[in-house]
Amino acid sequence: MKVIITVIGNDKVGIVAAVSQKLADLNINIIDMSQTLMQGNFTMMLVGEISNQQNSFAAIQEQLTQLGTQIDVTIRIQRQELFDAIQKL
Amino acid sequence: METRQIQETLQMIDEEHLDIRTITMGISLFDCIDSNVDKACQRIYDKITTKARDLVKVAQDIQMEYGVPIVNKRISVTPIAMVAAAADTDNYVAYAKVLDRAASDLGIDIIGGFSALVQKGYQSGDRKLIASIPEALSETSKVCSSVNIGSTRAGINMDAVAQMGTIVKDIAAIDPLKCMNLVIFANAVEDNPFMAGAFHGVGEADCAINMGISGPGVVKRALEQVKGQPFDVVSETIKKTAFKVTRVGQFVGNIAAKRLNVPFGIVDLSLAPTPAPGDSVAEILEEIGLESVGAPGTTAALALLNDAVKKGGIMACEHVGGLSGAFIPVSEDQGMIKAVQAGKLSLEKLEAMTAVCSVGLDMVAVPGDTTAATISGLLADEAAIGMINNKTTAIRIIPATGQSVGEDINFGGLFGHAPIMAVNQSQPTDFVARGGRIPAPVHSFKN
Repeated sequence: MKVIITVIGNDKVGIVAAVSQKLADLNINIIDMSQTLMQGNFTMMLVGEISNQQNSFAAIQEQLTQLGTQIDVTIRIQRQELFDAIQKL
Repeated sequence: METRQIQETLQMIDEEHLDIRTITMGISLFDCIDSNVDKACQRIYDKITTKARDLVKVAQDIQMEYGVPIVNKRISVTPIAMVAAAADTDNYVAYAKVLDRAASDLGIDIIGGFSALVQKGYQSGDRKLIASIPEALSETSKVCSSVNIGSTRAGINMDAVAQMGTIVKDIAAIDPLKCMNLVIFANAVEDNPFMAGAFHGVGEADCAINMGISGPGVVKRALEQVKGQPFDVVSETIKKTAFKVTRVGQFVGNIAAKRLNVPFGIVDLSLAPTPAPGDSVAEILEEIGLESVGAPGTTAALALLNDAVKKGGIMACEHVGGLSGAFIPVSEDQGMIKAVQAGKLSLEKLEAMTAVCSVGLDMVAVPGDTTAATISGLLADEAAIGMINNKTTAIRIIPATGQSVGEDINFGGLFGHAPIMAVNQSQPTDFVARGGRIPAPVHSFKN
């Protein structure tokens, strides 16, 4: 299952490290990522792949939300098909 | 996938209120018919709670996994006037109560189908159902009712028009807020997922999933990028935006239907506003260049909007149905409320707008002393617009008992509040009293 993970918040040291570590812990493979500062906001988008079902989607979402609270950024995870449906013919 | 597209999609959901307004499961109740009311009600309860057992959970799962809000989970059923016609009772309130109980037990927001189709005449069940509407609505919290009193093929049943004016007044006497659970239609559609007018039509499959999407904010934001440009550009912009919005409905509907193991019916392309800031159809019209909705030009702007939404949406879906257009409910749209309060939008202009949008006089509050004949007159006018233009029209009108023009009636939550609008005081009493049927128009004979 491909997912889109977006991380938005105030820029500071260690956001990429913390998020990628958490994704590794959750066994989510990062296929693609981009990161930028938009009007001072740290904005990162990752395409990830959840290969096995050892964690439920809800559990993964919960853990990422918790991490977001810890490091004071908003982390969102959504299945990729929605984006394809809207943006591609 | 480009990051710009990801950002755009997230912005549509977060800032511009793109959402699935409703996932509505249509359920046929024909196989629940029984002359014994208790038996029939038990069958209805069993069928609804079996078919829709997972509806709420599936909707919640999809919302979580895909990050797109699904605001309402609803059910529509076969018009109860048909289901109950064989029953040995004159009062159909028991049927409304069982619908209410099934909806509550399932965690469904609203259930529609306490309905009758009388465009050409009454069968025995229709009379009993319509007489039961005031009590049925006052005794339940989630049940919605609708009555179809006219169509392009059949003309307008003026006996029903007269009766429904009285019914609306009867409901208002008990509780004006309950009037928002009743829609009176001409050319009602059988697969409409939106309430209060949803029912599961006679020609529908046993069970189907119908989707209603929403996203006035997305359209407005897109139009902000083409300020001052010609209408060709405006129309193209709306079409492209409507396409994207509608794709969400098609996509989510497909997943929901698969998970529920039910055929996917239709996507209703309607732009449905809510009282939330930035979720307004009126603001789209103003973005097109009107100082306020209601200004001269409003009808033309709405006609363009309605048409472009359909054109953009049709390609995005396998099957389009329902009402599909722009909704203009007064109380559910901040821009409409503002215009009425400022005296810039009258009931008459609203009526003109209903000739080119997808519904009718929707969520309109009128003074408490508005007569039944006046309501019937308004209804007849709306039905005539629908009949002649071959489109759905309706009224959902709220006589605000004890209140008058300038005051405000509050419906709470998604339903907003409505300033009470002035109504022409000249009475259509003798017109309404004639009864009978207005014949179908000449262009109905297409065979």
